[in-house]
Amino acid sequence: MTSTGFILQQLVNALFLGSIYALIALGYTMVYGIIELINFAHGELFTAGAFIVLIVLSALQSVGWVDSHFILTMVIVFTMAMAYVAVLGVALEHVAYRPLRDASRLAAILSALGMSIFLSNGMMLSQGVSDRAYPSIFGAEGITVMGAKITNGQIFIILLAVALMVALQLFVHRTRLGKAMRATAQNRTMSRMLGINIDQTIRITFIIGPALGAAAGVMVGLYYGAVRFDMGFIFMIKAFAAAILGGIGSIPGAMIGGLIIGGVEVLWAAFLPSAWKDVTTFTLLILVLYFKPSGLWGQGDVEVRV
Amino acid sequence: MIRQEIKKLAVYSVFLAILILPMVGFRTTHFEAERAFKVLGLFIAILVANFVAKVVRSRRGEDQLQKVSLGDRISLRFAEIPKIYTLGLLVAVAAVFPLLADNYMIDVGITCLIYVTLGLGLNIVVGLCGLLDLGYIAFYAVGAYTYALLNLRFGVSFWASLPAGVLMGMFLGCVIGYPTLKMRGDYLAIVTMGFGEIIRLVLNNWDKLTAGPNGLFGMQKPTLYYPAFHDGGLHLSVYSIKTLPALYYMILIIALLTLVGIRRLNDSRIGRAWVAVREDETAAELSGVPTTWLKLLAYALGAGFAAVAGAFFAAKLSYVNPNFFIFMESCIVLCIVVLGGSGSIPGVIVAGFILIAVPEIFRELQNYRMLAFGAIMAIMMVLKPDGLIPARRRRVQMAERRQLAGESNE
Repeated sequence: MTSTGFILQQLVNALFLGSIYALIALGYTMVYGIIELINFAHGELFTAGAFIVLIVLSALQSVGWVDSHFILTMVIVFTMAMAYVAVLGVALEHVAYRPLRDASRLAAILSALGMSIFLSNGMMLSQGVSDRAYPSIFGAEGITVMGAKITNGQIFIILLAVALMVALQLFVHRTRLGKAMRATAQNRTMSRMLGINIDQTIRITFIIGPALGAAAGVMVGLYYGAVRFDMGFIFMIKAFAAAILGGIGSIPGAMIGGLIIGGVEVLWAAFLPSAWKDVTTFTLLILVLYFKPSGLWGQGDVEVRV
Repeated sequence: MIRQEIKKLAVYSVFLAILILPMVGFRTTHFEAERAFKVLGLFIAILVANFVAKVVRSRRGEDQLQKVSLGDRISLRFAEIPKIYTLGLLVAVAAVFPLLADNYMIDVGITCLIYVTLGLGLNIVVGLCGLLDLGYIAFYAVGAYTYALLNLRFGVSFWASLPAGVLMGMFLGCVIGYPTLKMRGDYLAIVTMGFGEIIRLVLNNWDKLTAGPNGLFGMQKPTLYYPAFHDGGLHLSVYSIKTLPALYYMILIIALLTLVGIRRLNDSRIGRAWVAVREDETAAELSGVPTTWLKLLAYALGAGFAAVAGAFFAAKLSYVNPNFFIFMESCIVLCIVVLGGSGSIPGVIVAGFILIAVPEIFRELQNYRMLAFGAIMAIMMVLKPDGLIPARRRRVQMAERRQLAGESNE
C-alpha cells in the first residue's frame, strides 16, 4: 500500500540524504577540479568532523547549554567541526599531496589512500571500534504534511546544507579567491604566470572542501545518533558516485548528483530489498563511469569546471 | 636557514597539537592527558629528528647530498649477490622452517606465504601493468567461495575445484577489467574498489547460496594419492593435508610456483609489453602493442593467482565468511606491493614478511598494524616511490640517471 504520504515521506528522506551526499561530493569535486586527485582521505575527514562534535556536544550538554542556548550551541558545534577539519585538510595537503603534485598519478593516489587508512585507524585507536552514541538533541517532533512526517532535525539539516551550498556558489563566483580557484582549475601554469598564488589557492580548496565534508559528518551524527570510525568509507564511495554522476569538477553537478544518488538509495530501500541498496549504488557508479565518464551533463572528454 | 627551520618546527608543532590533542585525548568529556601528550610527543620527536638530520646535512655541505642514500646502497649491494644464492638460501630456510618452529609460528608462516602469493599476483596488475586495483581481495574471495561451495554442495575435491576457482576468478577479472579499459588511474581505483565491495556484499546478502554473514564451514582438506603396498598389493593410498606443516609445505609450493610463473612472465614478451603499457600507453599502442588484450590478461592472471590462494585459504581454515574479504585486506596486499617496490618480485617477498610476520610476532603491536600500513604507504610514496627493493628495470633506469647526472656535473 503506497499512499501519497508514504511517497512524500520517501522524497523528504531522499532530499535529506541527497543533501548530505552533495556536501561530501562538493569536497571531492573541488579538490579534483584543482589538483586532479581523488582525495581518498575525504571520507575520514568527514568522520573526524563528526567525532570532534561528539566531544564538543557532550561537553556542552554536560553544562546544560544545549537546552538553554540551542542556536548558539549549533553555531559553536558546526564552527568547531569545520575549523578542525579544515586544519586537518591543510595538514594533509601539506604532508601527503604537495610533495607529489608533479609525481605520477599512481603515487599520488597511493599516498592519498595511505593517509585515508592512517586517519581511519588513528580514529579507531583513539575513539574506539564500536558505534559511539551521539547526544540526541533533536526530538521526534516535527510537522506533518499530507501524512508525511518531517522532523525538526531534518528541516534544520536540509536548510543548513542548502545554505552552505549557496554560500559556496557565491564564494566561487563572486569573490577574488573564488575567481583564482576557477582560474587555477582551468590552467595552473597560466594562472601562476598571471600572478595567482597557486599554493595558497590549493590550500584554500583544502580548507573549504574538508569543511563542507565535516559539516556533512556532523549532520549524519546528529540525525542517525551514532558515529563510527569507518563510516567514512561507505559515504565516500557514494559521494564519489555523486560527484562523477554530476560531472567531476562541477559544483552544481555535485549537488544534483548527490540528490540523484540519495534518491536512488532511499527509493530502492523503500520498495526493494534494502540489503541490496549499496550494491545498486556501486553498480550505478560503475555504469556511469563506463557509459558517461564525463557525467550526465558533461560534454565530450572529462572536462574540469569549477 | 636554521632560523627558518626552527620557525617551521614551531608552526608544525602547534598544528600537531591542535590536531592530536582533542582527537586522541577526549573520550566524550573525559580528557586522557597522558595518552594525548604521549602521542603528541611522539610526533614532535619525529619532527625534531627530521630537523636535526636536516641541520647536520646542511652543515656537512652540499656535496654530501649527492651521495647515494643508505637504502639505495643496501639494495644495490643486495643486487650484486648472484640471485641463485639468495633464492636458494631463502628456499632452504623456508623448507627447514617447520622442523624448527612451533605450530603458532608455522601458522604465521602460512599467512605470510598466502599474502606473498597475493602480493605476487597483484604485482602483475599494479607493478607490471600499472593499473591500480583496490578490489583485489574480491578474487581471493571468489577462489575461496568457489571451493567452499563446490565442496559442500557437490563434494568436489580440492584439486578438481581449483581449476574451476581459477577460471571463475579469471572470468570475473575480465568482467571488471573490461569496463575499466578506457579509464584513467583514479577512476579505475574507485571502480575496482566498488567492485570489491559489490562482491563482498553479494556474498554477504545472498543467504540461500552463501549462508550470508554466518559463512560456510566444513570443507574437506586437500588430499594426495600415493601408491603404497598394503593388503598384499599395490594400492593408491590417501594422504589428507591437514597438519600445519603439511599445509605449510603446500602453500610454499604454491608460492614458489607463482614466483616462477611470474618471473617467467616478467621476462617474456608479455612482461615487456606490460611495462610498456605502464610507462606510456599511447606510445605502446602506437608501437603495435595490443594494449586492450594485455590489460585484460593482466587482470585475468592476477585474479587467477588470487583465486588459487583463496581456495587454499578456504581449505586450510575449513571456514569462510564475507568479513575476511573487506576493503582493508585489499589495502594490505597493495601495501605489500608498494612497500616492496612496484614490479619487484624480491621486494614483494621481503615486504610480505615484514608486513605480516612482524606484527604477528609483536602481538601488542597488532592494533597499530593498519595505522602503520597507512603511514608507510604515504611515506613511501613521498620519500621512496620505487620501494624497498626497486625492480631491476627501475634500478637500471635509476643508475643511468645517476650516471648522466654525474657526467653533467663534471
